[in-house]
Amino acid sequence: MGQSQTAGIEGVALKPIQPTGKKKGKLYLAVKRHWRLYVLIAPVLVYFAVFHYLPMYGVQIAFKDFIGTRGIWGSPWVGMKHFERFFDSFFFWRLLKNTIGISLYELAVGFPIPILLALMVNELRQGAFKRIVQTVTYAPHFLSTVVLVGMVVIFLSPSTGIVNKAIEAFGGEAVYFMTEPAWFKSIYVFSGVWQQMGWSSIIYLAALTSIDPHLHEAARVDGASRLRRIWHINLPGIRPTIVILLILNVGSVMGVGFEKIFLMQNSLNMESSDVISTYVYRSGILGAQYSFSAAVGLFNSVVNFILLISVNRIARRLDQTSLW
Amino acid sequence: MRLRNVSMFDLINGSMLTLICLIVLYPLLFVISASISNPAEVLSGNMWLWPVDITWYGYERVFHNSDILTGYVNTILYTAIGTTVNLIMTVLAAYPLARADLPGRNLMMALIVFTMFFGGGLIPTYMVVRDLGMTNTMWALIIPNAVSVYNILIMRTYYQSSIPGEILEAAAIDGSSDFRTLFRIILPLSVPIIAVMVLFYAVGHWNSYFSALIYLTDRELYPLQLFMREILIQGQMEEMVNAADSSHAQTIMDEEAVKYAIIVVANLPIFLLYPFLQKYFVKGIMIGAIKG
Repeated sequence: MGQSQTAGIEGVALKPIQPTGKKKGKLYLAVKRHWRLYVLIAPVLVYFAVFHYLPMYGVQIAFKDFIGTRGIWGSPWVGMKHFERFFDSFFFWRLLKNTIGISLYELAVGFPIPILLALMVNELRQGAFKRIVQTVTYAPHFLSTVVLVGMVVIFLSPSTGIVNKAIEAFGGEAVYFMTEPAWFKSIYVFSGVWQQMGWSSIIYLAALTSIDPHLHEAARVDGASRLRRIWHINLPGIRPTIVILLILNVGSVMGVGFEKIFLMQNSLNMESSDVISTYVYRSGILGAQYSFSAAVGLFNSVVNFILLISVNRIARRLDQTSLW
Repeated sequence: MRLRNVSMFDLINGSMLTLICLIVLYPLLFVISASISNPAEVLSGNMWLWPVDITWYGYERVFHNSDILTGYVNTILYTAIGTTVNLIMTVLAAYPLARADLPGRNLMMALIVFTMFFGGGLIPTYMVVRDLGMTNTMWALIIPNAVSVYNILIMRTYYQSSIPGEILEAAAIDGSSDFRTLFRIILPLSVPIIAVMVLFYAVGHWNSYFSALIYLTDRELYPLQLFMREILIQGQMEEMVNAADSSHAQTIMDEEAVKYAIIVVANLPIFLLYPFLQKYFVKGIMIGAIKG
């Protein structure tokens, strides 16, 4: 913005020294003038190089047989061996089914609820009740995953949990929620809704505040009801926000979170709780099969990345909204 | 007619939101009440909302548990150091990237944002951290998470939208160097956003267990969350897997009392601050939303 003006200060004096190469000289000057900014950002660039780009380079062990003494570079290439082993393994379809199944379930339930909540909260008049609703619904977001899963386990315990106490009080039989594979996905998704619905609604509430109040006035004059105004004004108003978040969510369908699933997992519910990320942890970190696990992880990242790009492209075509 | 319509809407909307609040609040209240109730009453289901037969037994046990104390001290340390590192790195990234006149800015931006969408994965990252000799030190929890891309974006958006370019130009004309501008002008103007960042990062460190799980094996270094995992989840899981075995009733009762108390103790710092922090958190998300 202020490039031309600020360039003048030192630039005037320095320009004659750089008579040739108009463009090059300009860049050189700009870099020279801003060397301090590069010094500032250098540690950040080093961080990303070491902890993000170096692992991307190291992912080549997925195509090698990693031998500790020979290092990443010295280990022999084996091509797609580890990928083939993974695709042929008994676990492959189970992992894929669970990973995608949990994500889609979460998307179907967990995505619309915060939008609904935001639309409802937005209809409240400014005041104590609105503040209470917001304060209460945001609160569980600050519980750690460990505490959340701990609470779920306590509440659903077959012998001591309050849920089973209630079921028994009504004459039912205790349900082994945490060890019964059929329950896993629902518990995962609905505990997530409980924890995050308020927090996720903030972004929609923010978008709702930017809707022009004149639209509502005009609609009210035309006799539109509250519901109609929500449907025809508020919902279209936050549509870009919804699309962006939908892209991000669909784009991470393969990236279902490790932290919570891992904590909810036990030997009896593995059938429906084992996902790619927990499998990578078990075989890689615990089992030290570095090459194989890196291959599994790479498969996951690549599919995820392709998904994200595709969804983004579709959204741009259909809706003119996209991440980049 | 219309008036009644409106009040009908408000009534339904209000009662649904009240119901949602009760659903969210109930488990939290239950935990707090259970933590100060007689564990026998909790186990038998007599305690369902308000505390019954108040006792501080659970808290006594928590404060006499050396694991929990170790974890608490470690977590405070990791949160303090980690948040400081995060904050420095975020400012170092956001300020240059917010300067429209910096050559190479878009390239650096692209390289940083790309890591949000693609990465080498768990195993290669683990190997880097291990080769750097960080495993089993607290640095494994701090350095690999030194900065969050999302927070860089928020901070950069804040700088671009809330600090007028004229101020920077005026400073440059007055001969202020980029360092001086950062310390004398940018930082004092960014107190609100720094508050948001401190909160985002600190809560993240306080609640995280994943890095500790994969990088630490020495129990002396465990953060609170890992000890809580043992107490809250692993113990309970074992009990559920061998549900038949209920012989040691006293042990179960002790464990039960500790569980509720530890949840309260672990979340106390955050929930005491929560009312003050709420508006900052919300502000942070809103700034992020401008860009999104």
